[in-house]
Amino acid sequence: MSVTTPLPAPVLRAAGDSALIVELGDGIAPDLNAAVHRLDRRIAEARLPGIVETVPTYRSILVQFDPAVTAAEPLGQSLLGLASELTQAAAEPQLRWIVPVCFGGAHGEDLDEVARRSGLSMEEVVRLHCTADYRVYMLGFSPGFAYLGGLPEVLHQPRRENPRLVTPAGSVMQGGAQAAISPIAMPSGWHLLGRTPARTFDLKREPPFLLAPGDRIRFTAISAAEYDRLEGMSGYLPDCETVTPSVALMQGAAA
Amino acid sequence: MTTHLRVAAAGPSSTIQDRGRVGYQRYGVSVAGAADPLLHAVANALVGNRPGEGAVEFTLAGDSVTVEGGPVRIAVAADAELTVDGEAVPGWTSLRLTDGQTLRIGSLRSGMRGYWAVEGGFALQPVLGSVATHIRSRMGGLDGGALKAGDRLPLSHDRAADRGEHCLDPSLLPARGDRLRVMLGPQQDYFTSAGIEAFLEEGYTVSHEADRMGCRLDGPVIEHSRGFNITSDGIPLGAVQVPGTGRPIVLLADRQTTGGYPKIACVVGPDVAALAQMRPGQRLRFSAVDAAEAGRIQARHRELVDGLPALLQSTGGFALYDSGRLLGFNLIGGAVTGWD
Repeated sequence: MSVTTPLPAPVLRAAGDSALIVELGDGIAPDLNAAVHRLDRRIAEARLPGIVETVPTYRSILVQFDPAVTAAEPLGQSLLGLASELTQAAAEPQLRWIVPVCFGGAHGEDLDEVARRSGLSMEEVVRLHCTADYRVYMLGFSPGFAYLGGLPEVLHQPRRENPRLVTPAGSVMQGGAQAAISPIAMPSGWHLLGRTPARTFDLKREPPFLLAPGDRIRFTAISAAEYDRLEGMSGYLPDCETVTPSVALMQGAAA
Repeated sequence: MTTHLRVAAAGPSSTIQDRGRVGYQRYGVSVAGAADPLLHAVANALVGNRPGEGAVEFTLAGDSVTVEGGPVRIAVAADAELTVDGEAVPGWTSLRLTDGQTLRIGSLRSGMRGYWAVEGGFALQPVLGSVATHIRSRMGGLDGGALKAGDRLPLSHDRAADRGEHCLDPSLLPARGDRLRVMLGPQQDYFTSAGIEAFLEEGYTVSHEADRMGCRLDGPVIEHSRGFNITSDGIPLGAVQVPGTGRPIVLLADRQTTGGYPKIACVVGPDVAALAQMRPGQRLRFSAVDAAEAGRIQARHRELVDGLPALLQSTGGFALYDSGRLLGFNLIGGAVTGWD
């Protein structure tokens, strides 16, 4: 996706003696987040000396550096330079994962509640989730927990008043204006819609993380029997495409 | 048979730590690593390890470990009573323990955390490039958890190298006062000038809500200027976040990768370790430094860590702590112990 409206001038914020924050704006918006991920890629390609790691988020990037190699001042100037060139960027290829989900019932206890609150049938809620073009805005909170932007507005609703102490691994959830895939069992106040047999975080796999910040997601509904079949497959990976102005199939890992 | 250390009794919270898990925060993985990297490096230096080798961080009281195989070279960097098979032995020195001997590390006389290291380190499979334990995500160390009685820690070296023992005079380490230096930002614009003044001018007390993830402070409320929610962004080490209560929380090694509270300031690296050594009830003050001064503080600290091997002295064993040697230390060091 290209940036359709010019972004405000990037802001540099001090973040201690070994980090800087480059802020491209505020709030949760697809264009803003896309610009963050493009800048993150630019920073990686530029191989600026002394950068230890970067943490791209909704609207900013935390850049951690080694003060033995570089100082905040010159690094900050380089980062602002990269950020100012962003608007001329062409659309870049992205990965889109086709993530199978068994919606409702024991796999997604809150689907009926979400449907009732939005005045839709459960089938309509599933259809909306399966046609939405989700983007991994950021990963955070716990290893591999993916915050997804792109939840259709009709489905926006507050989180549960009573957070669950445990939600199962592979939960596909929604909360507020966002959706999420949770890789490990954890407490959560988000609404459970379904479960995916795709393991988005597996330390025994290389690389262990399936999703990267900036990736795109399309959900596809599967039956409980298909869920069981895929979950039983050793090393199962969901299908993945590269998405550019023209879409080409990259890999069909389940085939 | 491989050499092991068997945990006869574990301290209240002892974990294997190194310099932390670097490069995976973008995937939501916490850095973890030693809460006090300087003392961690001292323990490693005493046994001849590189600074980032995995070593045990214990909290308030240490562990008792028994050698299976060996001999094993081990060193404790902590102000605590140590015994080997019931006989008192000195800290801040490497010790050579033989098969069946038990090292017992008592309670800390000062500080929150101490470290013990073994020559060659532990034979553990790194997880995402690090053996650092992060208990909340059950990652690293020994099955992602704290040490417990009965655990067997596999060692990389079957037997200690044939060499003399080393010691370090702890008074050579820099004094740690009650002043924590901070750089304002990244979100100081979320606070009123009165709020920033209260943060910098009045003191705080370490609360009981303090662990490896963060340290909540009691003291003057810091006034927000435009709410206490930001769009979640990355959290650097030592960030001082201020939630709706107006009471600051300093985020430490096990911190979450991202968060949605505004951060008024970040504590400079070496002072984050000083805070991690403060006990509940201890008073502290913040003072602001600029980026140049923070850079100088970092550089001095780096020189200190890099220079640790040069501070080591050879010992003839336990005879080290006779009065003549102690006098020698005082002449060399000339510094005042500042650990409590």
